[in-house]
Amino acid sequence: MRQQTKKSYVSETVSRLKPSGIRRFFDLASGMEGVISLGVGEPDFVTSWNIREASILSLEQGYTSYTANAGLLELRQEIAAYLMRKFHVEYNPETEILVTVGASQALDLAMRAIINPGDEVIVVEPCFVAYEPLVALAGGTPVLVETHGDDHFKLRPEQIEQVITDRTKALIICSPNNPTGTVLQKEELEAIGRIVKKYDLLVVADEIYAELTYDGTYTSVAAVDGMWERTILISGFSKGFAMTGWRLGFAAAPNEILQAMLKIHQYAMMCAPTMAQYGALEALRNGGQDVEYMRKSYRRRRNYFVQSLNEIGLYCHMPGGAFYAFPSIQSTGLTSEQFAERLLFEEKVAVVPGNVFGASGEGYIRCSYASSLEQLQEAIKRMKRFLERL
Amino acid sequence: MKLSEKEVEIIEILEKDARIPMETLAKMVELTVEETEAIVKKLEETKVIVQYAALVDWRKVDGHEGVTAMIDVKVTPKRGVGFDEVAERIYRFPEVKSVYLMSGAYDLSVVIEGRSMSEVAQFVSEKLSTLDSVISTTTHFILKKYKHDGTVFDQGDQDRRIVVSP
Repeated sequence: MRQQTKKSYVSETVSRLKPSGIRRFFDLASGMEGVISLGVGEPDFVTSWNIREASILSLEQGYTSYTANAGLLELRQEIAAYLMRKFHVEYNPETEILVTVGASQALDLAMRAIINPGDEVIVVEPCFVAYEPLVALAGGTPVLVETHGDDHFKLRPEQIEQVITDRTKALIICSPNNPTGTVLQKEELEAIGRIVKKYDLLVVADEIYAELTYDGTYTSVAAVDGMWERTILISGFSKGFAMTGWRLGFAAAPNEILQAMLKIHQYAMMCAPTMAQYGALEALRNGGQDVEYMRKSYRRRRNYFVQSLNEIGLYCHMPGGAFYAFPSIQSTGLTSEQFAERLLFEEKVAVVPGNVFGASGEGYIRCSYASSLEQLQEAIKRMKRFLERL
Repeated sequence: MKLSEKEVEIIEILEKDARIPMETLAKMVELTVEETEAIVKKLEETKVIVQYAALVDWRKVDGHEGVTAMIDVKVTPKRGVGFDEVAERIYRFPEVKSVYLMSGAYDLSVVIEGRSMSEVAQFVSEKLSTLDSVISTTTHFILKKYKHDGTVFDQGDQDRRIVVSP
């Protein structure tokens, strides 16, 4: 028989973490029939066949052992070439690139590699749900900076300067942003870079959506003048190459930082899955056209969806990247949670309430437009009906 | 004909789904409905868009399953008109769905649709083989269509993603 214990075996740090708000919506929506889900944070494409086939071939040929801790050298070379080709940033594949289990693991490694107990890391909200917990788990203190809808969720350099203390170590930037789709332009990154340099900070740049930008040219944080040496560039294959389930990402950073991340990685993970690395190799060598096809398809759906949201009365700025629309629902007088819950129960459309991405996401909902056009059209119809009834 | 980026985009979208509402199409390419309609009309008038047709899975319709044959045809080209004249004589038959001039072991690839194998066989022996320029024919019947014009038959559009994720 089990004995009831009063003592909790769970660490205080973990006990203090609040569970992700997304979880609750997942539980609500997953039991229901006929739901159109705009709550999915991943592409609706299946990974291209040539990538899947390359991975199958690697299995057939018996490539089933560990790779180097940092990942297959061939793959790191391809990643270096890709970063140069796409973003004009130069990394040494032997010492400055690490293949990880998704961009998520790269984020975790980055935090653990740079944070001393009590160090502060600036997190810009609304943002991906993992940043704050990962900082806390690494012993750091997340310091929140809020961006706002009336400013299209742009990060202003003076906001960073206001929260900098002696303990500030780093700043996490995600552009294009999940959930807002906001893309920081070159001049904006330069202005942020000036503050980062002035206070001798690091930037952890989550650029997982960099392949998916729709207007103008994309600038990587590491490509900004004087920022290469202060940037941990994090990306991966999940979004651009539609490879979420493969769990394959990478980090690129100056040698000292990257070697520190590698040290943790070799103890905690050994290496990223070998078969996924072979798939990624094919993705970088021959996947460009498919990425372009998917990008085009998202852009068309973005155009349709965002214009339609505005037409039915939910104000939404045109997001420059990722595959999320982040419309305001303030005109309805409902909170994000109330709106999302009622929309789910009354019209069977699942969206994610904006407040799960941070307090400044309150008054907004995140809708992924990585769904078929038919589904998006039907979702708009249902949302329109819902709004008219309110 | 040199087309603009938006025009090409409209063609690409219509090629996938010709029945897309004009309003949706206009939004996707960030034009007004009127502008989009004008472009579609122009594409129709210039025969860039030749026609809109339904892709039918006839196997599902009892009594209309039909048969499709691909016939490799060797012909003697004629001075002055090359293969064009004989190709025209062949493609004028309504049973003929497509005719292509090929490189390689034979000259024309002819696709025929008929109600039964004997109907196709009759066409080949009576109409095709008897043409003066035709030297020989090799008929291949299609047993099963897996993918046609870029569309996979019997493909469930199953979404395997979990309903809500960060």
